[in-house]
Amino acid sequence: MALEIQDPPVRSDREAEIAGLDALDVPIASARGNLARVWDGLWPKLTALGLFFFGWQAVVWAHLKPDYVLPGPITVLKALWHGAVDTGPSGSHVLLHAAATTMQRAALGYSISIVIGVVLGLAVSRSRILRAGVGSMITGLQTMPTIAWLPLAVLLFKLSETAIMFVVVMGAAPAIANGVISGVDHIPPVLLRAGRVLGAKGLNAYRFVILPAALPGLVAGLKQGWAFAWRSLMAGELIVIVAHKPSLGVRLQNARDFSDAPGLMAAMLAILIIGIIIDSLFFGVLERGIRRRWGLDRS
Amino acid sequence: MSALRLSPGRALEAAPAPAPGTPAISVDAVTKVYGPRGNHTFALDRISLDVAPGEFCCLVGASGCGKSTLLNLLAGLDSPAAGTVTVHGRTSLMFQESALFPWLSVRGNVNLALRLAGVPKSERDDRASELLRMVRLKGFGGKRPHELSGGMRQRVALARALAQNARVLLMDEPFGALDAITRDLLHDELERVWQETGISVLFVTHNVREAVRLGDRVLVLSSRPGRVVDEFTVDIPRPRRLDDADVSSLSGTITDRLRQEVRRHGA
Repeated sequence: MALEIQDPPVRSDREAEIAGLDALDVPIASARGNLARVWDGLWPKLTALGLFFFGWQAVVWAHLKPDYVLPGPITVLKALWHGAVDTGPSGSHVLLHAAATTMQRAALGYSISIVIGVVLGLAVSRSRILRAGVGSMITGLQTMPTIAWLPLAVLLFKLSETAIMFVVVMGAAPAIANGVISGVDHIPPVLLRAGRVLGAKGLNAYRFVILPAALPGLVAGLKQGWAFAWRSLMAGELIVIVAHKPSLGVRLQNARDFSDAPGLMAAMLAILIIGIIIDSLFFGVLERGIRRRWGLDRS
Repeated sequence: MSALRLSPGRALEAAPAPAPGTPAISVDAVTKVYGPRGNHTFALDRISLDVAPGEFCCLVGASGCGKSTLLNLLAGLDSPAAGTVTVHGRTSLMFQESALFPWLSVRGNVNLALRLAGVPKSERDDRASELLRMVRLKGFGGKRPHELSGGMRQRVALARALAQNARVLLMDEPFGALDAITRDLLHDELERVWQETGISVLFVTHNVREAVRLGDRVLVLSSRPGRVVDEFTVDIPRPRRLDDADVSSLSGTITDRLRQEVRRHGA
C-alpha cells in the first residue's frame, strides 16, 4: 500500500472558516456521463438528417421533375457508395481519389490563408494607422464573391493549381483576419492591464496574453475562414480544371456534361458531408473546449 | 534592492540603492493632467506621499480623487506630467476584478507570473505550490478561474501578485465586489500574508472602515484635483475586527473628514 501523506489537520477556526466558504462556493459539477453527452448531441442531428431525406423523397414522389433530373435519395446514396467503392481506369477509387485531391488543395490553401490572415489581423488590430488604412478594405474583400476573382486568377496563373490557391486565399484570408481583429478588440482591457503589470511586453505580450485572450474570436474567424475556403475551392475547381487531376469540382462538371444526375448529387453530398464533418468534429470540438475552459458553457 | 524612478516623460529608471529608512514608495509633487491643453482637468495636483518599507498604507477618497491614476503611475503603466515617483523594488498591482487569465488554470496563472518574473523553470512548480498554500488554495491548482468564487479568485490574484517577487503591493479596491462574510475573512488573510512577507502595501478603498481595519496609516484624498488633505495614524493593536469600538470611532472621524471634502464640491 502506498504511503499517503496527509495534510495537517485543520488548525484554527479561521482556517476552517475559509475552507468552509470555499467548499460552499465551489459549483457542483454535473454528473452526466460522456456517452450520454455524445448521445445528447447526436440524436437531434440524426433526426434532422432523417427529416431532410424524407423531405427530399417527398419532392421526388410528387413528380415535379422527371427521375433522371431529380433522383431520389436512395439512388443518390447508391451512386455515392459506388463512387466510393468502384475503381476507375487507373485502379483507384474514383470519388475517394477526387475527394483526396480536393482535400489536399483545401488543406494547403487553408494553411496559407491562416498564416496570412493571422499576421494581417494582428497587425491591423494593434496599429491605428493600419486599421484606418486597410481595416475596412478587409471587410470589403470579404464581401467580394469568390467567383468574381476567378477570371483574374485564370488570366494571372492560367488553368493551374496556383489559380485555385489564389481564389481560396482571397476568400478565406480576409475572414480569418477579421476574426483575429474582432478577437483582439474584445479582449477585456483588465486582462491587458494585468499582462502589463505582470511584465509581458513586446513579443511576450502577444504570446502569453493577446493571442490566447483573442482565441475565441480567432476560432470563430478560423471557422468562417474554413467555410469561405471550402466554397472558394469548389468554385475554383468548377472553372479551373487541371488536366489529369480528378477533383470533386471536376466530378460535378463532368456529371453535368454527361447528364448524370445521381453522380452529380453524389458529388454534392460528398462536398456537404466533408463540410459537416470538419465543422462539427474539428471546429465543434475546438469551440466546446474553449467554452468549457473559459466557463461559458451553458449546460 | 533595486529602485525605480519615474520622472516626467521618462520611462522607469534605476535609482541608487536606498539608505536604511528610505521609503518604499515616494511620490513627490506629482501632477497628472487629462484633457486637451487649455481645457484640461487635474487628476492629481502636486500630490506627495511616502510609504515606509513594510508599512500598510490605505488611501481613501471619494470618486474623482485620482486613486487609479496614482496606482497606474506607481505600477509604471503611465508617467506623470510633473514631479517624481520613486519605488524601491518591483511593484505589483491587484484590481477589483481578479483579472486572472481564463485560458490558464489557477496554477498556470501563478506559473506565468513566475515565468515573466524570470524564475527558472525548475523552481516554478515548487514556488507556485508554496504561494497557493500561502493563500490556502493548495488543492485548487488544477481548477479554472471560473470554477472559483470571487473570494477565491482574489486570493489567486494575490498569489499571482506575490509571485512577481514584488516589494510593493498596490491594491485597487480589491475586495470591493465581495460579499461581507468573504471580505471579512479576506481582511484577516491579507493581514496575515502581509505580516508573513513583510511587503509594503498601498491599499485604495472607498470603504473607510476597511481602511481602518487594515492600515497602519490612512490618507484622505481630495477630489479633482487629487491631493492628500489629511492623514490618520491607526494605533489600534492588531488583530483588529471590523466591529471593534476603536475601529468604529476612528472610522467615524475619518468619514466626517471625507464628507467635508465632498461637500466642497456641492457648494
